[in-house]
Amino acid sequence: MSGTYLGMPAFPEAAREAVGNETLRGNLRHATHTIRAKRAKAVTEVSDWTELREAGKRIKDHTLRHLDRYLEQLEESVTAAGGIVHWAADADEANEIVTQLVQMTGESEVVKVKSMATQEIGLNEALEAEGIHAYETDLAELIVQLGKDRPSHILVPAIHRNRGEIRDIFRAEMSEWGRPAPEGLTDTPAELAEAARLHLREKFLRAKVGISGANFMVAETGTLVVVESEGNGRMCLTLPETLISVVGIEKIVPTWRDLEVFLQTLPRSSTAERMNPYTSTWTGTTEQDGPSTFHLVLLDNGRTDTLADEVGRQALRCIRCSACLNVCPVYERAGGHAYGSVYPGPIGAILSPQLRGTGSEIDASLPYASSLCGACYEVCPVAIDIPEVLVHLRERVVEGGEVTREGNKVVLRPAKGHAAERAAMRAARWAFTHPGALRTGQRAASRTRRFHPRTLPGPGRAWSGTRDLPPVPAEPFRDWWLRTRGGKDGAK
Amino acid sequence: MNSRERILGRVRRALVDVPRDDSPYEQAVERDYAREHGDRSVEQTVELLAENLADYRAIVHRTDAEGLAALIAGLLDKRGSASVLAPPGLDPAWLERTGVTRVADRVESTPAELDRVDSVVTACAVAIAETGTIVLDGSPDQGRRRITLVPDHHICVVRVPGQVVSSVPQGLERLDPARPLTWISGPSATSDIELDRVEGVHGPRTLEVILVGED
Ligand code: SF4
Repeated sequence: MSGTYLGMPAFPEAAREAVGNETLRGNLRHATHTIRAKRAKAVTEVSDWTELREAGKRIKDHTLRHLDRYLEQLEESVTAAGGIVHWAADADEANEIVTQLVQMTGESEVVKVKSMATQEIGLNEALEAEGIHAYETDLAELIVQLGKDRPSHILVPAIHRNRGEIRDIFRAEMSEWGRPAPEGLTDTPAELAEAARLHLREKFLRAKVGISGANFMVAETGTLVVVESEGNGRMCLTLPETLISVVGIEKIVPTWRDLEVFLQTLPRSSTAERMNPYTSTWTGTTEQDGPSTFHLVLLDNGRTDTLADEVGRQALRCIRCSACLNVCPVYERAGGHAYGSVYPGPIGAILSPQLRGTGSEIDASLPYASSLCGACYEVCPVAIDIPEVLVHLRERVVEGGEVTREGNKVVLRPAKGHAAERAAMRAARWAFTHPGALRTGQRAASRTRRFHPRTLPGPGRAWSGTRDLPPVPAEPFRDWWLRTRGGKDGAK
Repeated sequence: MNSRERILGRVRRALVDVPRDDSPYEQAVERDYAREHGDRSVEQTVELLAENLADYRAIVHRTDAEGLAALIAGLLDKRGSASVLAPPGLDPAWLERTGVTRVADRVESTPAELDRVDSVVTACAVAIAETGTIVLDGSPDQGRRRITLVPDHHICVVRVPGQVVSSVPQGLERLDPARPLTWISGPSATSDIELDRVEGVHGPRTLEVILVGED
C-alpha cells in the first residue's frame, strides 16, 4: 500500500475541497488549456501520428506479453555494460536497496532527477529516516519539496502553484536547505528560475550520488534513457560518482530502434514540443565519462499484479506523458491531489487501484473519478483505452471477483454496503454538484468514440448506464440525474 | 526465493493467457510510420534544421571552412569570454584565431573548475532537422558529457550537410547506443512556473550552433 497518502479522503471529498479553491482552479485551468492547445498543434505537424501511436502500442504490448524474457535480456546487457542490477518486489525492498547502496558510498546527501517511481515508493522519506537527505532538482519538484507539498501533475508537479506562491516558498524555505533566495527576489519566472539555478548548482557541484528513474530501458543494448528539459537530469546523471536508477519493470522496449517511435510521440504528447531540450542515454558505465558505478533497481511494486489482469494490463503501456491529465474535465477541476497518489488524472484512476489494490477507500473510489468522456483515450500516444479499464475496475469494485495481489490469486468480495459503494455514490453526487465537469465530458463524448457496451449494477449503473447506446447517449447523464433526483433510485 | 525469481515467477504466472507461439517481435510491430516527414532537398533539410534550432532559441550561424575560426573568435569575443574549454580531439584550426585562454578537458578537473570556464566549443555526432536537435556522443571532438553541461555558453559546430539527417529514425540509426549520448534541442528550458518558458535553468543558457559548409 505504499504510496497512499495517509489519511487521504476518497476522491470525491478531496475533489470537492479542490473545486472550492479558486486559486488552484485558476492555475489548473490555465495550465491544462495551454498545454492542450499546444499539444494538438504539435501532433498535427506529424502526418503519421496514427501509425506512430499504433506502433508504440504494439511495441509496448509485445514487450509486456514477453516481459520475463525482456527482463532477463535487459539484466544481461546492463551487466555486460558494467552496471549492477537489483530486483525489488515492493516499495520497502526498493527503499532498502537504495538506502544500502547510498550508505555504502559513505554519503549522506543525494541529488535526484524527477522520477515517478521513486515518488511511488516514498524513497525520499525512507532515505530521510536513515539520515540521508535527498534533494529534488527538477524546478517543479523543488517547489513541491520546499513547500512541503505533494506533486499534482505528472509533468508539471507544481502546476497548482502560481508565481507569487512560488516566490513566497523560495523566500521562506531556501535557506533551510542551502543557498538562500537572493535578496529582493520578485515573482518573474526568469528570476525564480535563476534563484533555483543558484540554489541547486551548489548541490550539483558537490554531489557524489545521483538517483534517477528512466523513461525507457532498451533490452537489446542495456541502454537507459532520460528525457527532460532543464538540464538537472544531465547534472544528476553526469556529475556524481555513483548513479542509482529505480525503474519500473514495465519501462522496457526491446530494441534501440524502438526509441524512434517514443522519441517522436513522447515530447509532443507531454510538453507539446518537437523535442524536449535534453535527452540523455547511458549504457552501463563509460570510462572517465559520468558515474563510475551504476546500479539499476528493477521495481515490481504491484506491476506484476497489474500484468495479471488481461484488461487492466494495458495501463502498463503508459509512458507518463500526462496528455490524458490535460484533457480530462474531471482533473481540470479536481486537481492532482484529489487522486491521492503520485499518478493523478485518468491514468492514475486506472493505475493506482491496480498497483495498490482497491482495498482503501480512495483506491476504490478512483475508478469513479471520471465522466467516461473518452478524451484521455483520444490523446494517449500508446492508445490505452482508459475508459475501458475504468469500467472494468468499477465492475470489479462493485461485483468483486478474482484478482492478483502480490503474486497470489485472491477473490475480492463485492463492495455492496462497503466503502467502495459509498465512495462511488459520493463520486456521483460530487459530479452532480459540479455539472461543468460533466458537460465538458459529454461534449467531448459526442465527438469521440463508442464505448464497450457494458452495464454495471448498483451505483455503477449511474455511471455506465447512459454509455450503452452508441454513438451518443440518448439521455445524457446529467439529464438522467436531474430526472431521477440525484440518483436516489440507483443508490437503493 | 530471491526477489529476482519472485518477480520473474510472478510475471510468468501473470502471462499464462499469452500463447507460447505469440507473434515474434518482428511481426508484432508494424512499422508503417514515416522514415521522414515531407520531401526535401538537402539544402531544404539544412534550412529546416536552422529554422527549428532557432525556433527553440538556439542562435544559429552559417559559414564555410575558411570563415569558421574567425566566426568562433568573434563569438567568444562578443560574449566577453575569458576562457574556453576544448575537447582533446577538437580541430585545432577552429580555435586558432582566438586569443582566449584554452582549458583542456581533463579527467581531474572538478565540476567547480568547469563552472569557472566561460565557454565551450565542440563538434557533434549528428543533427536532426525535423526536431532541431544536435546529438553529442562523447567522441574526442565532443568530449565528456559534463563539459557541455556546466559552462554557461556552448558553441557547437555542425558540418552540413554531412552530419544532418531529416528525422529521429534516421538519427538513431547513425548513433551508437554503447556511447553516452546527449540530445540537445535548444538551450535548457523550464516551463514549470505558470508554463512560461524560461531558458537555462541548469545547462548552458546560451547555445550557439554553427552550420559549417563542407566543400
Ligand atoms: S495514459 Fe497515455 S496519455 Fe496518459 S500519461 Fe500515460 S501515455 Fe500519456
